[in-house]
Amino acid sequence: MRLKFIEEKIAKGLMVAASLAVFAFVVNIIYTIFRRGFPALNWEMISQIPAGGYYNGGGGGILNAIVGSLYIVLGSTILGLLISIPVVFYLNVYLKKDSKLAYVARLAFDVLFGIPSIVYGAFAFTIMIYLGMHTSLGGGILVITLLVIPIFIRSMDEVAQQLPKDLLDSTYALGATKLETIKVVLRQIAPGIATATLLSVGRAIGDAAGVMFTAGFTDSIPTSLNQPAATLPLSVFFQLSSPNADVQDRAYSAALILIFIVLVISILGRLITNHFSKHKI
Amino acid sequence: MKSYLYQNPSRATWAEDYSFLNNDIKNEEGLGIKKSYLKVSDLNIYIGKAHILKNVNLEIPDKKITCIIGPSGCGKSTLLKTFNRLIDDTEGIRYEGSILVDDTDIFDKKTEITDIRKKMGLLSQRPCPLPMSIYDNIAFGCKMHGERNRKKLNQIVEQQLKAVGLWEEVKNRLNAPASKLSIGQQQRLCLARGLAVEPEFILADEATSALDPISSKHIEELFVKLKQDYTIILVTHTLRQALRIADHVIFMYLGEVIEAGPADEVFNNPKQELTQKYLEGAFS
Repeated sequence: MRLKFIEEKIAKGLMVAASLAVFAFVVNIIYTIFRRGFPALNWEMISQIPAGGYYNGGGGGILNAIVGSLYIVLGSTILGLLISIPVVFYLNVYLKKDSKLAYVARLAFDVLFGIPSIVYGAFAFTIMIYLGMHTSLGGGILVITLLVIPIFIRSMDEVAQQLPKDLLDSTYALGATKLETIKVVLRQIAPGIATATLLSVGRAIGDAAGVMFTAGFTDSIPTSLNQPAATLPLSVFFQLSSPNADVQDRAYSAALILIFIVLVISILGRLITNHFSKHKI
Repeated sequence: MKSYLYQNPSRATWAEDYSFLNNDIKNEEGLGIKKSYLKVSDLNIYIGKAHILKNVNLEIPDKKITCIIGPSGCGKSTLLKTFNRLIDDTEGIRYEGSILVDDTDIFDKKTEITDIRKKMGLLSQRPCPLPMSIYDNIAFGCKMHGERNRKKLNQIVEQQLKAVGLWEEVKNRLNAPASKLSIGQQQRLCLARGLAVEPEFILADEATSALDPISSKHIEELFVKLKQDYTIILVTHTLRQALRIADHVIFMYLGEVIEAGPADEVFNNPKQELTQKYLEGAFS
């Protein structure tokens, strides 16, 4: 056999091996969570807040953490989108390609992207003390918004940078102002917005360190932005810290619920993406 | 004062006083087919240190097809994009001179750039439909300029699609994405989209170069039909295309207008040696 075909075979083999390794990790994690979490999962866990002594093996569930996490994800995603879309639009439509401001802004967002969430948490905590705020749902949403903004901006910006110049020119040629091109730009980068949202939701729902100081933890469901809120990752953490094996199993159930929520959001996200990207040229 | 009023007007003053009547009559004749006017005077364009257009003086004849020809890099696309000021977004751009469009200087600070662009439909090299449905591609411009009436919009969409001969092909799938059309259909859609905002000029930048021969022919035939109502300015690479459809030709070389005139004259009787050489295919 000629050398280049041998090379081809080896390269393909390595690619398959790498893919299998990743797949094996995912299967292993899901299997572990399922094996320990599924038997402990029941309706009570999903539908009730913790009763007294829950973390020592008492009754009740983790509805407080499920609802808290969903509130924080929803709030931070909406706020994040509202802040990031104008930034991306400004970077790509108003600023010229070789603008220094755009360069510095992109660099800054790259740096922000890499900052660990505990640092965001500490930063937000200082601001909250300064403002006299307590740990609360509002604080949690605030810090997670800060956390997801760089993700939103960087992943939407990647797509927006590919905007065809002809497309903008064609829109201007119809007599559009820069602002009026937003409808065209948003439709063209819709798949990017969807991907960015999925990445952000994943990061937001899975973050424990950022919300620890800012949202706090509580056994009840928050009814206003001023009340503390529980979150799923922290709920997993507290249950896993228990010496009681039954409670540890419940931690795995909570993780299972977390994964299930991410899965549902991802599938919905894909469907919505397909719907909105059908017009992309 | 009284004596002035009762003075008998001389013949000359009569003519002067009533000259507005003549103007009115002229305008009346022009009703429906508005005269459009484009005059370039002493235009110089620099991008950074490069002198892209050099002392261009031109007049574009009304309701005719004007072809701008010349070798690549001679500044013909730049000139075209200057007409609707799409060139503004280029880094380091600087202009001198003036371009009058219907008596408005497009470089004047008071001129609204969107008004200028609305007057100039643009057809780019590669068809570039908006990321929306076929219907919305045409309605987008009208909605942007304030047309909200659904019935009126339907009417415009139908009328413009018919104008470019696309109606029969797409009337049953107006809500389908425009990107699903063939490339030739997309270019006709882009033309219809431009016509929907009621321009006076159509600027086409090598609008057929990305199309197959049949679609190109279609677009050329459309230009010939549309010149009854619009002034068409066409940048083209293909001499044969200019020969087929041009009424007026502008030959450019290295940023200068070498020769401009009626197509017949320029093609059969070029005054400049450079034009002659270009037409003979000595360079391209």
